[in-house]
Amino acid sequence: MNNNAMLLVHNLCKRVVSPEGELTLLHEINLEIGAGETVAIIGSSGAGKSTLLGLLAGLDTPTSGQVRLNGDELFALDEDGRARLRATKVGFIFQAFQLLPNITALENVMLPLELAGRGEAKHTAQQVLERVGLAARVQHYPKQLSGGEQQRVAIARAFATHPAVLFADEPTGNLDSKTGARIIDLLFQLNAEHGTTLVLVTHDSQLASRCQRTLELEEGRLRSDG
Amino acid sequence: MRLALRMLWRDWRAGELRVLLLALVVAVASVSSVNFFTSRIHLALTSQASDLLGGDLVLVSSDNIDTEKKSQATELGLQLAETAEFPSMVVVGDNSQLVALKAVSSGYPLRGHNRIAADTEVMGGPQPGTVWAAAPLLTALAIDVGDLINVGSAQLKVAAVLVSEPDSSGGMMMSVAPRLLMHSDDLPATQLIQPASRIRYSLLLAGEPKQIEKIRARWQEHLVAGESLRDVRDSRAEVRTALERGESFLGLAALVSVLLAATAVAMAARRFVSRHLDSCAVMRCLGAQQRFINRLYLQQMLVLGVAASLIGVALGYLAQWGLAMLLGPLVGVALPAPTAAPILYGLLAGLITLLGFALPPILQLKNVSTLRVLRRDLGAVNSNALLAYGVGGAAFLLLAIIQAQSLTLALAVVAGLGALLLLLALLAWGLLRLLHLLRNRGGSAWRLGLVNLSRRSNQTLIQMIGFSVGLMALLLLAVVRTDLLDAWQGRLPEDTPNRFLINIQSDQLPLVKNFFEAQGLASQQLYPMVRARLIEINGKPVMADEFEDERAKRLVSREFNISWAEQMQADNKIISGHWWQAGDAGKSQLSLEEGTAKELGLKLGDSLTYGVAGQQFTAEISSLRSVEWDSFRPNFFVITPPGLLEDYPVSYITALYLPESQHELLNRLVKQFPNITVIDVAAVLDQVRSIISRVTAAVEYVFIFTLLAGVMVMYAAIHATFDERAHEAAIMRTLGARRGQLLGTIVVEYAVLGLLSGLVAALSAGAVGMVVAQRFFELSYVPGPSLWLTGMLIGAIGVGVTGTLGLRFVINQPPLRTLQGG
Repeated sequence: MNNNAMLLVHNLCKRVVSPEGELTLLHEINLEIGAGETVAIIGSSGAGKSTLLGLLAGLDTPTSGQVRLNGDELFALDEDGRARLRATKVGFIFQAFQLLPNITALENVMLPLELAGRGEAKHTAQQVLERVGLAARVQHYPKQLSGGEQQRVAIARAFATHPAVLFADEPTGNLDSKTGARIIDLLFQLNAEHGTTLVLVTHDSQLASRCQRTLELEEGRLRSDG
Repeated sequence: MRLALRMLWRDWRAGELRVLLLALVVAVASVSSVNFFTSRIHLALTSQASDLLGGDLVLVSSDNIDTEKKSQATELGLQLAETAEFPSMVVVGDNSQLVALKAVSSGYPLRGHNRIAADTEVMGGPQPGTVWAAAPLLTALAIDVGDLINVGSAQLKVAAVLVSEPDSSGGMMMSVAPRLLMHSDDLPATQLIQPASRIRYSLLLAGEPKQIEKIRARWQEHLVAGESLRDVRDSRAEVRTALERGESFLGLAALVSVLLAATAVAMAARRFVSRHLDSCAVMRCLGAQQRFINRLYLQQMLVLGVAASLIGVALGYLAQWGLAMLLGPLVGVALPAPTAAPILYGLLAGLITLLGFALPPILQLKNVSTLRVLRRDLGAVNSNALLAYGVGGAAFLLLAIIQAQSLTLALAVVAGLGALLLLLALLAWGLLRLLHLLRNRGGSAWRLGLVNLSRRSNQTLIQMIGFSVGLMALLLLAVVRTDLLDAWQGRLPEDTPNRFLINIQSDQLPLVKNFFEAQGLASQQLYPMVRARLIEINGKPVMADEFEDERAKRLVSREFNISWAEQMQADNKIISGHWWQAGDAGKSQLSLEEGTAKELGLKLGDSLTYGVAGQQFTAEISSLRSVEWDSFRPNFFVITPPGLLEDYPVSYITALYLPESQHELLNRLVKQFPNITVIDVAAVLDQVRSIISRVTAAVEYVFIFTLLAGVMVMYAAIHATFDERAHEAAIMRTLGARRGQLLGTIVVEYAVLGLLSGLVAALSAGAVGMVVAQRFFELSYVPGPSLWLTGMLIGAIGVGVTGTLGLRFVINQPPLRTLQGG
């Protein structure tokens, strides 16, 4: 294993108990993602993509196995420890945008900066929003923005803290294809500018092909690493 | 019905009904506790009416009852007993003590029983030569049963400890001066009854109802001034009026809690509706008719309503013991077990609240669109807000009418409450706007907390009103009351008289003056006092019934103490007219206190005729005076020039300041002059204060329910927004928020909510305090920082802690929810 990898996954398993008995969502996943690499995780519905993404980001705990993110052993930390790690090193983009509805676009982008205790939150947030082309809409509330605009706010929020890793879960799933394409362009541009490691979950093989590497999940097993 | 019950059980397990049930329980418990308690008092006063009177009919008089009346009663075959009541001093060794003396004839009481120690009911009263003393008297004098006690010039033996007598004038008087019961045969030997003594004589009658009615009718027409008749219908009239007022006040205070709880019910019902839209749509899809759905939910609500009301009634029953403990001693009678009526009223209140506030939105569930099974964004029912408010308002009015048992009173209360709530709402709204300006100062916890408050501003307002009403009542009673009493007491100078000496006879004047001089007490002013009754104004007879005002009625139906003086007292001030000159002695003039003049509608130049000991004198009002009553110096409503009243029966009064260490001086005085009565002002004030604190504690007790109802509103609000908050918390977690940071947001939100409610409460309590101080105490009261601090601190901590507890599960939201929740 490469100790300089951004993400190192070792024998990761996730099982849940359902009324029908124990269900294995992920079988012994092993993988390694280098710093600055862009990786797509594809697979059909129910293959375990989102479960894997959640574990990689420390949003959930595995049944067994380890994940090392930028050198930190995720599951040796408690929930607050993982939260601290996310605040400083991880960014997220979701299919449903997940902006807080009651604060402005600017305040949404300031939020992770403030949570991480960074100074100049307002100034930084303004700059990032300008970068995604929303300088004129900083004082708008999410519901006053179009879907594409909301996703741009989400992208600005994700990059505002200069995360080492960015996780994106079906980032164009709720957008029409034209808007989706623009959002993806923006995402890859910013990624290139910041040199961020990108892990992207999608079922869109065209989008996956823009990544350097594609991992395919099938029934909780990693089929290829190519 | 079985389906309804099964669904009810499922909803209960899912926690959907908890808020609805709890809010109803609080509403019902609050009215039930008050109603249970008042039913006990009513029962005590009605079922034991004759016992409480000591007879079937009682003639009360300020003069000795003439023998003719007694023989009239004897002729009709009625039983007779007599009592005479007045305050006096008793002495044992070097100790003396003020007592409420009551001399009773053999045969007393004709109805009911005296109770003596070990709670034994006994026939009759003390034998001649003996007394029965209330326990506090024995303690104060450090004596026991069997010891001797000096009552005036007589020496009597304590034969028993008196627990209660049937016609005691209630616990309040008993606690100011303990009761001493003696036989009326011993009265002459005490030499306590002097010409100008103020004594209350009663003639008790018992016998055939027909004969009683006959004599009542005969006497009723020939009552002379100072006489009144009492029968079972008006036994304890004064206690009853006071209690009735207290009851309606407590009842209406309970209604405030009901209104708040009803708000919580309405909020919970709305949440219930939004959670049941899907299942209703599915049921409709599967062929359920609207009528079926209506019946289903109606049955569920009825079962819930009855269950909640029963729990509420049970809690109310437990809670009324608290009220009985606080107020029972003031009533002075043993309270019987409550009636069943409050149970029915509790059930009714619960159902009306539920049907009025929860049913309108729930019955709209039947209108859910079946298309919702295909597209979830469809088919949120249009709730008819106007209908909901209308039905809720009508339900509340109905509750108020039942509670107040009068439409006008209920309307007045609902209008007054509406106005108060509107004022509080405006104040709260203003503060919320101000808060909005502050949201950009501080970090994300601060901002998100404030944002949560202003975003759900309707809910925030309702919660703020709930907390402010409860807190305001508590602040008013706890902080403002003590502030006012302290301010009033602080205004009294150090040497304010603390002892009143009354009943000093003319022939004792030089001796008493000598006594004071011998003890080195500064020469004390002794004021003459003549007991007189107002019988004519400008030649027209005075009738109590002609006056609207209760106080005016009392003023003309009782005796005044009239004094004479050459010089006006230093603490009096002439408002109009002139004080008399040296040469005016013996002229028919009088100076009247301005408040009395106002109440009786009198002006300068009016002529007043007074009856004194069977004679009359007439004088013209030559001046109106203002009097500083709280100077604790003897003061008089009516004063004449010297030379007018000297020939009437007169006694003297004085007031002096005596440090506690010199208290035994007065014991010596009383020993020497047994007829002189010493009243310890401090002790009286202490008693008054303890009565006030009992009453306010009872009111506070009822307002605890208001606070609880406020908490219910908060829980309903938390419950209604729980999903939304949980989702937000999950997003925050994903973005790297730690538990502490999430907790911070919640604490900010609820602490600020409580802080503002406390501020609104303190502002309104302060305003009420200022008005009360101005109008009733003539004090300029400025609410101190302690009021603001107490209000805001209690609000911030109380609401902050409760809110945080209510939302503690939110901070444990697993962040994965953002990925799954979509």
